[in-house]
Amino acid sequence: MSSVEAPAIRKTALNAIHRQMGAKMVEFNGWDMPVEYPASIGCGIVNEHMAVRTGVGIFDVSHMGDIRLAGRQALAAVQHISMNDASKLAIGQAQYSALLYPQGTFVDDVIVHRLGEDEYLLVINAGTREKDFNWVRDNTREFDCKVQNLSDDFTQIAIQGPKAVDLLQKLTDADLSKVKFYWVTRGRLCGLSNILMGRTGYTAEDGFEIYIPADAETSARVWNEILAAGKEFGVLPCGLGARNTLRLEGRLPLYGHEISDTINVWESGLDRFCKMEKPEFVGREALEKAKAAGVQRMLVGLEMTERGIARDDYQVQDESGHQIGYVTSGSPAPFLKKNIGLAYVPVEHAAVGTKVKVEIRGQGVGAVVVPTPFYKRKR
Amino acid sequence: MSYPTDRKYTKEHEWIQVNGDSATVGITDYAQESLGDIVFVEAPKVGTELAAGKTFGTVESVKAVSDLFAPASGTVTEVNADLATSPEKVNQDAHGSWMLKMTLKNPGELEGLLSAADYEKFVAEEAGH
Repeated sequence: MSSVEAPAIRKTALNAIHRQMGAKMVEFNGWDMPVEYPASIGCGIVNEHMAVRTGVGIFDVSHMGDIRLAGRQALAAVQHISMNDASKLAIGQAQYSALLYPQGTFVDDVIVHRLGEDEYLLVINAGTREKDFNWVRDNTREFDCKVQNLSDDFTQIAIQGPKAVDLLQKLTDADLSKVKFYWVTRGRLCGLSNILMGRTGYTAEDGFEIYIPADAETSARVWNEILAAGKEFGVLPCGLGARNTLRLEGRLPLYGHEISDTINVWESGLDRFCKMEKPEFVGREALEKAKAAGVQRMLVGLEMTERGIARDDYQVQDESGHQIGYVTSGSPAPFLKKNIGLAYVPVEHAAVGTKVKVEIRGQGVGAVVVPTPFYKRKR
Repeated sequence: MSYPTDRKYTKEHEWIQVNGDSATVGITDYAQESLGDIVFVEAPKVGTELAAGKTFGTVESVKAVSDLFAPASGTVTEVNADLATSPEKVNQDAHGSWMLKMTLKNPGELEGLLSAADYEKFVAEEAGH
């Protein structure tokens, strides 16, 4: 570790643009980020959320981190440190996965992209960038594989929504109709060559995430060209507020909320991304034991049945008012027009239809366990 | 945004419009703008005793939960039921969307509150931070 202190708050290359556009800025995991853009340009969390569900929205997600693993044993290294099966990836394909501690809890969730024969790119969360990089480096030392932290090399922009493909196609020579969900391509984009574009996102909607050079001038130019090209589709710039409500409707986990170093894979319900048939990966042994011992609590979806909004960290009670769990993420759902939340509750309270209460300002307010994801796009 | 001069303002971003010994209370345009899309307004029941400076309700946006503070002491005589079903009206017209009406226990309390001009100065400073 270097002894130089990290700057108090970090800014993406698009920071000045967000401020020029009048975005409301907040600190998120050490980053100065837009939470929403102003009503005067048609924005605000609800409008931004709806743009992504019905048209297209764009997000600055440059605070996300990127780790490249390349070399003869890159696959073996990725297999060792992640819970999904990266051997299933063709070149150009991506998968949702997670890095686990030996006790089967989460270092972080990641998207693993296979970029070449022996080349992988892990896209990781902002708040865990340094921790993840150190952890990946330390846990891959015995492999013939180079590990690079590319987090500061890219401005990452997410273009999300049913019209995202039409918008981005206007700006690139790559044939996006040939890029399936969770695949990547490279092509010319806004005059830049060999730009990585992945059909991925965090909104439960179709869309792309693009990786462009991180200099402020290029970043601003591309951002503005995307907004201009998206005018005919009603594109809106979107902040972290809409990003959170969109991912919540789609039950996509947020580190520090649905997943953390004290929550294991079985509890989180991310089983289908954890390939126990893989003979070895960090956390596997503990997960085997945890499964044999029986899972105590589970992540469930809640919908408020009485007037009130569940919020992060609110208590969940059984019908007689005893605390049984807590809300990991709670919010109004702008597209579904319901008040929803995700919560950890004991397995005996986890069945769909179970009535519970959420404690809101001292009052138990009625809620019910519902199936998740709350929102699923039509394909 | 110019703030109506027919009322007084608190540093917690409520407005109060006095009419004899009764008054109407709401939140300011600055407050609605800071909160963002308002989705929930919880006002006290008619008959509730309010104490100046103490919380009397809650307003929630998609992102945030915010307490409402009573600009003056007194008794709630009417609440704007419209806001229970259409809270977004506060975003559209904060100074026209009142939250409750009350009788004033001690109209002298209002002397400590801000005029429109002083409130405007106050929020300009707050926004500058």
